[in-house]
Amino acid sequence: MEALSNRKKVLEQKPMNFWERMYLPAIFKGMAITFRHMFKPKETVFYPEVEREFSENWRGMHSLKRDEEGRERCTACGLCALSCPAEAITMVAAERKKGEEALYREEKYAATYEINMLRCIFCGLCEEACPKEAIYLDGPIVPADYLRKDFIYGKDKLVEKPLTELTK
Amino acid sequence: MEIAFVIEKFVFITVIFSLSLLVAMYSTLAERKIAAFLQDRVGPNRAGPGGMFQPLADGVKMFLKEEIIPTESNKFLFIAGPSLAILTACIGSAVIPWGQDIQLFGRTIALQATDINVGILYIFGVVSLGVYGIMIGGWASNNKFSLMGAIRAASQNISYEIPMGLSIIALLLLTNSLSLKDIAEQQHGMNWNVFYQPLGFLIFLVCAFAETNRTPFDLPECETELVGGYHTEYSSMKLGFFLFAEYINMFVSSAVMATLYFGGYNYPGMDFMNNLLGPTFGPLLGMGVLFLKIFAFIFFFMWVRWTIPRFRYDQLMNLGWKVLIPLAIANIVITGVVIALVNGF
Repeated sequence: MEALSNRKKVLEQKPMNFWERMYLPAIFKGMAITFRHMFKPKETVFYPEVEREFSENWRGMHSLKRDEEGRERCTACGLCALSCPAEAITMVAAERKKGEEALYREEKYAATYEINMLRCIFCGLCEEACPKEAIYLDGPIVPADYLRKDFIYGKDKLVEKPLTELTK
Repeated sequence: MEIAFVIEKFVFITVIFSLSLLVAMYSTLAERKIAAFLQDRVGPNRAGPGGMFQPLADGVKMFLKEEIIPTESNKFLFIAGPSLAILTACIGSAVIPWGQDIQLFGRTIALQATDINVGILYIFGVVSLGVYGIMIGGWASNNKFSLMGAIRAASQNISYEIPMGLSIIALLLLTNSLSLKDIAEQQHGMNWNVFYQPLGFLIFLVCAFAETNRTPFDLPECETELVGGYHTEYSSMKLGFFLFAEYINMFVSSAVMATLYFGGYNYPGMDFMNNLLGPTFGPLLGMGVLFLKIFAFIFFFMWVRWTIPRFRYDQLMNLGWKVLIPLAIANIVITGVVIALVNGF
């Protein structure tokens, strides 16, 4: 059949000549190539000391955000937990008491907020679901650990540091 | 036999034994480093400066791993396999001459554990014993992949011992001696056998790769087909022994190749250096030169491993029986004719 594009390449299958059948020239050629690679610059990134540059939309560890006045934005609506396909997020809601207005922005807040990092698939759906812009996956790589229970991150690890601490 | 002689031999054998173990230990690091460098990586570099203590860490890991002996295996043979493999690997270095006679504490000491007059045959015997460890280990595992690996190891070793022996015969026509010490002495200076037997050396080199089960002839432990080959069922230090035996074998066969074809401890200008350094340090320098040659061969082994893909099994057999054996026989005939012509019948 006629080829419509000119991209088809017909390979000619000639029988190998004497030098090709000896293999040795080909072996020496290959060995010269690998030897040259010994002196090439190495591609390795020494990970814990040096970090590879991440792309702008890279999704890492979650962080629970605060607003301009340093109050937690999360209102414990549960939409993130609902949207999570891996069922990694749980939370317990509580009502804001008098005198806590500087801590929480809305009348309802998350008393506990836990993400199981072993379940999380870093899809970013929680980020998309959040109506309060309270959760973002903008952190570093989640570090390795020895025990399963240590992968359940609570508010102590997730909530952003208060502004006062950052400016210190 | 005087007591000093016994002490001298005991010390020398201990030194050589520990030296070959040390070289084999650091070969594992060298292998990983060279593999990494050939692939534009850096290799292990965390344990100690530049990864210097990586072999120690590996050894400790091997010892601490859980030891698993399959229920259906033959327990005695299962343990005998790796033990035999490492034993035969270690005794090969006994006949290798490491240097000229050395003057030490007013005594003349031969830098060779024993100079038996059939040194080459001894090496051959030990090398062919080496496959028994693999065969016994593979068979005792009671696993079809192990058995396949063991069968492959056996048939491969048998096939490649023939051209190896034939390539040696051509060399023996030249040297008129089976003693490795004599062969080394004859290559004084730059009078190396490789210049007279280039084809023989090539055949010997290929066979040495096959005998030590190194890539491209590592079909007994071919991961892509046989899981782990003969050591599929092994764990802990018994696996370590199998892997370690391979590196000791590599060291010994490098030493044999350096002695037979590359002049052993001989190097150009050695008479001048011996006069300069005296009877103690001159032979030591020769020993250093031999070790340089051995390291060059070990590097070559690794360089080939990370360049050339594995043979298919029928290709392996074709190469052994249809190419190397006829070549080796032709080499014998040519060598014999040339020697007859030069010596005038």
